[in-house]
Amino acid sequence: MSFSRRHALMLAPLGLAGAAGFAFWKMLDRMSVGKFDPHALNNPLVGKPVPDFALSPIGPGKGFTAADLRAAAAQKPVLVNFWASYCIPCAGEADILGSLAGEGLPIWGVAWKDKAGPAQQFLDRYGNPYARLGNDVSGNVIIDWGVYGVPESFLVDRNGIIRWHLAGPLTDDSVSQDLRPALKAIA
Amino acid sequence: MIPELGNFALALACCLALAQAVVGIWGAQRRDIRLMAATPGLAVGQFLALATAAGALVWAAVHDDFSVANIAENSAIAKPLMYKISGCWGNHEGSILLWGLILSICGAAVSLAGRNLPSGLRARVLGVLGGTSCGFLLFALTTSNPFLRIWPPPADGQGMNPLLQDPGLAFHPPILYTGYVGFAVPFAFAVAALIEGRIDAAWGRWVRPWALTSWAFLTCGIALGSWWAYYELGWGGYWFWDPVENASLMPWLTGTALVHSAIVVEKRESLKIWTVLLAIGTFSLSLSGTFLVRSGILNSVHSFANDPARGIFILALLALVIGGSLLLFALRAPRLSSGGIFAPISREGALVLNNILLCSICAVVVVGTMYPPFADLLLGQKISVGAPFFNATVLPLAIPLFAAMAVGPLLPWKRAKLMPIVEHAWWAALAAVIVTGACTIGMKILPALAFGFATWIILGSFAEVVERVLLFRTPVASSFRRARGLPIAVLGAAIAHAGMGVTLAGLAGAALDSQKIVSAKVGQTFSSGGYEWTLMKLEDADGPNYTSRMATIYVKKDGVPVVLMHPSRRNFTAQHQTTSDVAISTNLLRDLYAVLGEEHDGQAVLRLHVNVLAPWIWLGAFTMAIGGAISLSDRRLRVGAPSRARPDAVTA
Repeated sequence: MSFSRRHALMLAPLGLAGAAGFAFWKMLDRMSVGKFDPHALNNPLVGKPVPDFALSPIGPGKGFTAADLRAAAAQKPVLVNFWASYCIPCAGEADILGSLAGEGLPIWGVAWKDKAGPAQQFLDRYGNPYARLGNDVSGNVIIDWGVYGVPESFLVDRNGIIRWHLAGPLTDDSVSQDLRPALKAIA
Repeated sequence: MIPELGNFALALACCLALAQAVVGIWGAQRRDIRLMAATPGLAVGQFLALATAAGALVWAAVHDDFSVANIAENSAIAKPLMYKISGCWGNHEGSILLWGLILSICGAAVSLAGRNLPSGLRARVLGVLGGTSCGFLLFALTTSNPFLRIWPPPADGQGMNPLLQDPGLAFHPPILYTGYVGFAVPFAFAVAALIEGRIDAAWGRWVRPWALTSWAFLTCGIALGSWWAYYELGWGGYWFWDPVENASLMPWLTGTALVHSAIVVEKRESLKIWTVLLAIGTFSLSLSGTFLVRSGILNSVHSFANDPARGIFILALLALVIGGSLLLFALRAPRLSSGGIFAPISREGALVLNNILLCSICAVVVVGTMYPPFADLLLGQKISVGAPFFNATVLPLAIPLFAAMAVGPLLPWKRAKLMPIVEHAWWAALAAVIVTGACTIGMKILPALAFGFATWIILGSFAEVVERVLLFRTPVASSFRRARGLPIAVLGAAIAHAGMGVTLAGLAGAALDSQKIVSAKVGQTFSSGGYEWTLMKLEDADGPNYTSRMATIYVKKDGVPVVLMHPSRRNFTAQHQTTSDVAISTNLLRDLYAVLGEEHDGQAVLRLHVNVLAPWIWLGAFTMAIGGAISLSDRRLRVGAPSRARPDAVTA
């Protein structure tokens, strides 16, 4: 081994550690401004078109299909909200959904393997923010959308592309810091 | 008053550590005998100061001094005394103090046990330890001071995480940390050797006992942690490839490699640069593991309070310690003489193979653990790497390691032939093949292979001992005489290797496990894993700081009573947290494992497991540590001890 190669080899651990250290510093840096969250759940569909699906009717909802959603979104971006009557955090975000609907944001609901009776009771108790509502009886739609669990929300733009996603209930913070900027960006 | 004394002692220790670093390294550089002679005193002083600080924290915890923020956040009046004490190191601030205390114990131990070291080397080693210690104590003082006061003090504390209220976990951190921090000593030896620019066989002999001690503690620490996960989390598993677990596995893998490569330095004056790098790398991995867990970069089920500001401080500290030592390595290592060429089939060849395989496994674990945050940073992708990846990648590397483990110690140094080894170990190989064959009946191929390898390792490990004492070939009395003359290190190595085999058998036993989840009414009987489980009763059983529901399960096998089990669910009122208290009944060949779940309408969810050979996993790990300890007691490893004449130990 030549003299210089030997030196280069001995430098390799330092280079490796330096690169790792720099990356860790970037992670910490982004973490402190909220841009890097190792605990966040992201959805692979963000930036991709809405997958094909068809939902059955439930309670007041008549069900809808991917084509309905794309047609409606072409007029105005739609917030698709996955929920269930047995889901407690869904009740927690009901007020926020209601006020968003009051502002004129179309919200389309997908109930996860729900039953008509309890779903109706839920909507009677917490209000019905949904412009359209359908039931994922088979549970396949949930899988195609890559939903981790209810509640989850997706924002679909005019081209039928999913632009934004949140796993978990909407909060005042997530609406003001994430959803509204996302809405502004696609407006 | 006492907490202020602790705070003062902590600050004093930090100053003494700085003095230790400056006096040690500068004194050795100037060859000033008085300065070099002063370092051991400073190291002992630092230890005494930190012992005082730790004592003050324990005092505050025992006396329920809730004006100390750390105690108010983690303790409570109703907490049992043992957990008041162990709770001192169960939180971030206290664990950093414990970290510093153990580091100072290492320094004091080098001061006292290292009297026979050359004074220059000892001063430099203590200097490096002092510098590292100073950094950590500064971290404790500035961002994680356990003695901060709050005013007004609350009437009662918030109590600790109920999952941590457990005897196993009370002793887990000190043992694990001793393992982590202990590798600071080989690290300091490596840095001192780089400063001196000289590494010889004696260096290898001095480093090995420290590496071995830390390794034994780390082995015990990891085993205790996994045992805790097994009986406290109640999921029936013991290793989840969680980032925190991986963080402890990585230094263990490189530490194991270090323990072996130091032998080559000692015996053959070879692999010197590599061993120095391993010593630096092992301690670096120990430090990085802590950093990654504390900073919140890794997503783990074991969570400490995360604080990016703390993360930046630790990262700067790491840059200094790891970056500095690796820079020194890059500058100095090329000048160290490299060892001679050696034959692939020889003891040193086997040890190189061991190092390559262990470090490859470590690299795989590093990649699997670090890929998610790096993919997030560089590609913006969220992915998780779980058990399937690790099982699929670690296994192919582990198989040759297991195969070579039993053969390695049989090979002579310098040059060897395979044929004599076959003559020595054929019976172990035959037994392994028979076991594998027998296991393929009614078992999948992988667990059958694992059982075969376990047999091979356990029997093969003792092949050298059998060979050396000429068992069955000379009269028993003669064999016994030979056994007494056997180097203790040989026996220790055989026991440690056999321990690995025992652990492997325990892991393979999982293939025979059975589990059943039932919803049971009182009086109902279920059969699972060849046992009949009857739920006898459900009752309240309250403890000092929790309320609890306890089930009584009567277990029978073929109508013969086996055991009464009492799994329970504890609700810790102060923290609004429920933990399940698993009932385990073991006969060392299998664990009966029962968990009580939620109750609805008089029906309780029960999880009933029969875990075959599960206790062997931890027995094997403790056997490994014991093997290490036995090896330590060998005179040849003791610093400066003259070798004793061994007329009986004639090598074959």
